Amino acid sequence: MAGLKGWRELPLGGVVLGGTARELNKTGSWRAERPIWYVEKCIHCLQCWLHCPDNSILVQGGKMTGIDYEHCKGCGVCAAICPKDAIAMVPERSGECARP
Amino acid sequence: MRKAITGHKAVAEAMRQIEPDVVAVYPITPQSEIAEYYAEYVHNGLVRTELIPVESEHSALSACVGAAAAGGRVITATSSQGLALLVEVLYIAAGLRLPIVMALANRALSAPINIHCDHSDAYLARDSGAIQIFAESAQEAYDYMLMAQRIAEDMRVRLPVVVNLDGFTLTHTVQPVDLLDDAVAKAFVGEYKPYAPLLDVEHPVTWGAFAMTDYYFELKRAQQAGMEAAPAVFLEVQREFAKIAGRPYAGFFEAYKLADAEYVLVVLGSTAGTAKVAVDTLRARGMRVGLLKPWLWRPFPAQEVAAALAHAKVVAVLDRALSFGTMGALFEDVAAALYPLEKRPILVNYIYGLGGRDTTVPDLIRVFEELPHVARTEWALRYIGLRE
Repeated sequence: MAGLKGWRELPLGGVVLGGTARELNKTGSWRAERPIWYVEKCIHCLQCWLHCPDNSILVQGGKMTGIDYEHCKGCGVCAAICPKDAIAMVPERSGECARP
Repeated sequence: MRKAITGHKAVAEAMRQIEPDVVAVYPITPQSEIAEYYAEYVHNGLVRTELIPVESEHSALSACVGAAAAGGRVITATSSQGLALLVEVLYIAAGLRLPIVMALANRALSAPINIHCDHSDAYLARDSGAIQIFAESAQEAYDYMLMAQRIAEDMRVRLPVVVNLDGFTLTHTVQPVDLLDDAVAKAFVGEYKPYAPLLDVEHPVTWGAFAMTDYYFELKRAQQAGMEAAPAVFLEVQREFAKIAGRPYAGFFEAYKLADAEYVLVVLGSTAGTAKVAVDTLRARGMRVGLLKPWLWRPFPAQEVAAALAHAKVVAVLDRALSFGTMGALFEDVAAALYPLEKRPILVNYIYGLGGRDTTVPDLIRVFEELPHVARTEWALRYIGLRE
């Protein structure tokens, strides 16, 4: 517990400033299934980005560029919402990787 | 302006004057009229509130939590089973320090099903972290709804506030109520300054983050600090309100003919009105009796209650709910408050009025007349108006 803040130093209501928990919580380690992105099928409709509860769909200039595996918990919402089957869920230990 | 209105209308009028950003509410007897009056105000354009008709009380308070975290001023109301359903979210509102105000039309919890007044719903929320205030009359319900908003939103406190009013006895009874002018009420309540609002997209924040063994304990201790700050804020707000409204509020409780009283009742809510008649009747016969009526129940003003009761011979604490397997919750509060004193009054606990059973002036006169015969503090319940 050394180095942790005392109760008087904590923000009211436990409110956390945006982005401050990202480096501390690599929630990707929770994942049982991993989303695999097939870039050749992707039409960049960004439905996956819109629905991802963990902000783990990486986008640049309005186009999907990949998946943030450090924070993706493997919920599968992106694969379910994708209209082109461009994302598939595979067992985490299958060894299969994204092929952008 | 003095009007003849019900407790419900008094609460709805306070809400109209506060004009919160969001009201999310689900109807339940006897609270329904609060929602109905407010829906009428919204429909008629008297207020610009977003009224959310939800599918349950759990959803009502959940919508309130979301709206409050978004930066809105938020009010709801419920009763009995509705309170039981939303109490999970009340703990969350308190833990997140969201200043939601809730009117609670007190009604007995099932089973057996019953729609009439007792305080089992308020007692269920006792440890939720919400501040709890009890009103004796429609006037007090109106006044404390306005004060509750200020207490809840004070940055030293930032907690939900429950304003209790006895179901039917207060909610459905027409009484004279002095309403403040709209401008005076609005100026008293003031403009809400949100804290870390979710809708401020330039300054993104997370509400409701996870806290494990490393931080949960510290965050709960910080929540307790909000409760610890509440009594001083309560008195500040009450002093200001008493001044602008010209009402005799001063303190955490009303002390009625208490200063020289040998035999004292402690009671929450509308039954205090009945107790005052009993006190006057017995005073006319020369018996030195008095009453202590807490307005503020949580946080419990233990030191002040102890100081006010220290001189009495026997104190009867009346609880309008059973805490099964132990004594009444208010009795335990008073007993704990008196424990540090070297010379304490004798204490006795009466349970009364469950499921709306009437408690009359003769009932309370009988209680007072029993008190001189109580020889020592009893760890056993007595019951008022119960058939053996």
